[in-house]
Amino acid sequence: MRPLFTKEYRTVSYVSGPLIYVERPRRISYGEVASITLPDGEERTGQVLDISREVAVVQVYEGTNRVDDRDTRVRFTGEPQRLDVSIEMLGRVFDGLGRPRDTRPPIVPEERPDINGMPINPFARDKPADFVQTGVSAIDGLNTLVRGQKLPIFSGAGLPANRLAAQITRQSRVREEEGNFAVVFAAMGITWQEASFFTQEFEETGALERVIFFLNLADDPTIERIATPRCALTAAEHLAYAHDLHVLVIMTDMTNYCEALREISTAREEVPGRRGYPGYMYTDLSSLYERAGRIKGRNGSITQIPILTMPDDDITHPVPDLTGYITEGQIVLSRDLFRRGIDPPIDVLPSLSRLMSLGIGPGKTREDHRNVSDQVYASYAYGRDLRRLVAIVGEEALTELDRAYLAFADRFEGGFVSQRNEDRSIEETLGIAWELLSSLPVHELKRISPELIDRYHPTHGKEES
Amino acid sequence: MIQGEVIRVSGPVVHAGGLRGSKMYDVVMVGEEALTGEVIRLDQDVAIIQVYEDTTGLGTGEVVENTGEPLRVELGPGLLTSIYDGVQRPLPLLAEQSGDFISRGLRVPGIDHSRRWEFEPVAREGDAVGPGDVLGTVREYHLEHRILVPPGVSGTLESVSDGSLTVDDVVARLDGERPIPMVQAWPVRKGRPYARKLDPSLPLVTGQRIFDSLFPIAKGGTAMIPGGFGTGKTVSEQTLARWADAHVVVYIGCGERGNEMTDVLSEFPELVDPRTGNPLIERTIMIANTSNMPVAAREASIYTGITMAEYYRDQGYDVALLADSTSRWGEALREVSGRLEEMPGEEGYPAYLAARLAAFYERAGRTACLGAGDRAGSVTVVGAVSPPGGDFSEPITQNTLRIVGTFWALDTNLAYRRHFPSVSWIKSHSLYLDSLKDWYSASVAPDWVALRDRTMYLLQKEAELQEVVQLVGPDALPEGEKAVLEVTRMLREDFLQQSAYSLVDGFCPLEKQYLMLKAILAYYDAAVATMGRGVALRQVLALPEKNEIARMKEQYDAPRIRDLIESIGVSARALEAER
Repeated sequence: MRPLFTKEYRTVSYVSGPLIYVERPRRISYGEVASITLPDGEERTGQVLDISREVAVVQVYEGTNRVDDRDTRVRFTGEPQRLDVSIEMLGRVFDGLGRPRDTRPPIVPEERPDINGMPINPFARDKPADFVQTGVSAIDGLNTLVRGQKLPIFSGAGLPANRLAAQITRQSRVREEEGNFAVVFAAMGITWQEASFFTQEFEETGALERVIFFLNLADDPTIERIATPRCALTAAEHLAYAHDLHVLVIMTDMTNYCEALREISTAREEVPGRRGYPGYMYTDLSSLYERAGRIKGRNGSITQIPILTMPDDDITHPVPDLTGYITEGQIVLSRDLFRRGIDPPIDVLPSLSRLMSLGIGPGKTREDHRNVSDQVYASYAYGRDLRRLVAIVGEEALTELDRAYLAFADRFEGGFVSQRNEDRSIEETLGIAWELLSSLPVHELKRISPELIDRYHPTHGKEES
Repeated sequence: MIQGEVIRVSGPVVHAGGLRGSKMYDVVMVGEEALTGEVIRLDQDVAIIQVYEDTTGLGTGEVVENTGEPLRVELGPGLLTSIYDGVQRPLPLLAEQSGDFISRGLRVPGIDHSRRWEFEPVAREGDAVGPGDVLGTVREYHLEHRILVPPGVSGTLESVSDGSLTVDDVVARLDGERPIPMVQAWPVRKGRPYARKLDPSLPLVTGQRIFDSLFPIAKGGTAMIPGGFGTGKTVSEQTLARWADAHVVVYIGCGERGNEMTDVLSEFPELVDPRTGNPLIERTIMIANTSNMPVAAREASIYTGITMAEYYRDQGYDVALLADSTSRWGEALREVSGRLEEMPGEEGYPAYLAARLAAFYERAGRTACLGAGDRAGSVTVVGAVSPPGGDFSEPITQNTLRIVGTFWALDTNLAYRRHFPSVSWIKSHSLYLDSLKDWYSASVAPDWVALRDRTMYLLQKEAELQEVVQLVGPDALPEGEKAVLEVTRMLREDFLQQSAYSLVDGFCPLEKQYLMLKAILAYYDAAVATMGRGVALRQVLALPEKNEIARMKEQYDAPRIRDLIESIGVSARALEAER
């Protein structure tokens, strides 16, 4: 048992980057929260990263600026980091550590869970199966989002990922059900302007009272970003599992989160993995992403849309790479499409939704959905290949059929992917796809079964009747 | 029992003092919550321990107890249909104890000790028996589960039990030996003994055309499936788990997604094994140590899995072990190694990575089993590899490549255009072709080898021609080469592409695979022959048989494909006659 009084240490011996080393700790446990009092009385929060008989390593969320090695006092609380959660959090704004950031009073907690959560027993998970209509054709038609999925947006600097995330949030609905949804928004190191874009967006659509904000802005302490998504997911779990809400968690920007992780790893002088990111980054990211899902016998669900910036648009960079290995697909934005005015600039070829087949088909979307999607993919991929060829040999060298494919690729980008603020139902999306496919000869539609062609093809076999 | 105390905690690695006398890989109980761990280094009287559970809340000064035993799994009837975490704790029992989330310090038995099994003795009183001899059998779903004399035990049978028994009940007594219960425990890091290894001369039929027809794997062989994210590693592994012709399948979800395991869990009870008609789940053991579950248990999970696989192999069964993904296992090694402050090798992986990988894959094989009778069993290992950035030059891919017999390289570009399975026919290879040749010639068709070689030749040729097309456009090619491009397109779209989700085409029998290939090549031969006699390629392409070939996979059975092959010849001759 831990004694009731807690001892204060004045034995800070080493300060480096975000870390402080406290000497001769007694009965301290791994992962517990420390409270650090600076010589001027300022209070900061930290977490124990490593303990031995000689020293405890503490990461300080607010940074070590002005920490000294004589008067700084450290108190260990004996508890892991917890967050006060309540349904009253909806409509409120918190900082990256979960403290109120608006002017209103602290919430009255219904629970105080550990922000690190616990792994969901794979046996207790329920299979995601509900189609979420986002109203965005490139997602609904080709990379369908399913409730309980984690589907990140891979963006590049300057690409409109936030607008897309806002559009998805605004338009998303599950058919048959309305109302019992909530949004948890975790901002890590984004600018005030970006944060305010989301606030306004939610305000305009009247969703503000259904949103919890956790804001760590660009000028807030970097290390706090380690805790931000964990707080957000803890709040989301409370809403989902204690209040049966369907929660959409938007986390932006994961690249900033990973940089904070790298900063701590470097300060600890750990053996670096790729590009200086720690070797355990995969495990660390999965402890966030795997908190999405549904649980058998519970009504709520957690769907995640993490947003990340691919440095130099490089999809093989460790942050998108490790994310892609954990999440159930990805929506990739393309600079090339963006420059050509395609909005949203979703490049469907590298995009993917792994859970798509669980959410589509008869009774969910439509029987032709899988076939149409496969066909559009195959035809567009072929058309894109031809573009490269045209650049070398010119369009005249192509066969008539190949020219049809080339035109298909252009019309697909302009008419299917690009839609600006339009909110399209799945039927509209599939309708546009059929319209585009009808520009190709029917015998080229090898991915679609003959019966479905007869039923849905807008022109084939219809001339006579 | 040796007792010590925690002196340092760093993530999953704990240092404990006062444990002098501990052995490497002893299992220890750490702290007040009695978290399970394993000794991985000894330094003076300090033992360094990797802990299989989350160490948050563990403090210095807490007690550590050494059990003196290595990490073991329980082997016996009841393994099939189970779903375990990395250290053989059944997940349904964990859910009973701690709810929907996994908490710490839970201890549950690996197999059900209260369930009764109908034991039918085979050996008789007075028989002299040795390791691996069959004492009797119980029925575990469709499988005749053979209860064997454990390794290292022999003597004359004093008594053999009969009837309804639990796994703890004694099935046999030998003179001068401890009584033998149905359940055995075996240390996971030690391969189970066998009489000798056999040559890999039988294929593991998977029903997947690109695997069976182009890059086959032998029973007892090893294969790797590397690919960037989204290329379909997991779908490939799951397809193999469904359709591979093994008696038992061990599926290890090692550091992968929770929802994918749920998918397998909810799907397998409904899917039926095409060979036995039984639900697939009844031949499956699942190990789910998802990415957010503790790292050290992830490291142990593949050993837990292969030990169970060897147990069924020793009974004389063919076992397929599917590990998704071995990269996550390698990363677990790296993480623990980093915490030990070992000198890193390539990309931070420990220097012993290659040795560990090799030792793991070497536990695969087709073996003559210990004991009387002519039993042979096999463990086939297929490991998915997740190379960072899809770059195959990274250490896990390269070190695995040196060991395995079959290399199924997944290609991101194929995946982008939804060509699935996205196995690259240019980069992949199989070292079992020679040893399986005779089987295919005898069991499928004498010209199987020739057909396969021609297919590979055409596909290689296509790759070369594509480069030319990129420079000068398709029109500049001579007719004969255009014909190659047309036929290889058919090979790609109508033969190699195979939907894992299709009810008809998800599993393609070998005979049909052979005939499909034969039909496409018959079409090519007809095209070449008629063009040699002055028929234009355009006319050949207009033949109705071309569209029929596209329908083979979903709509045609073997006799219909045979008819199709005939009609290709007839139509081609008609074209020539027209001229």
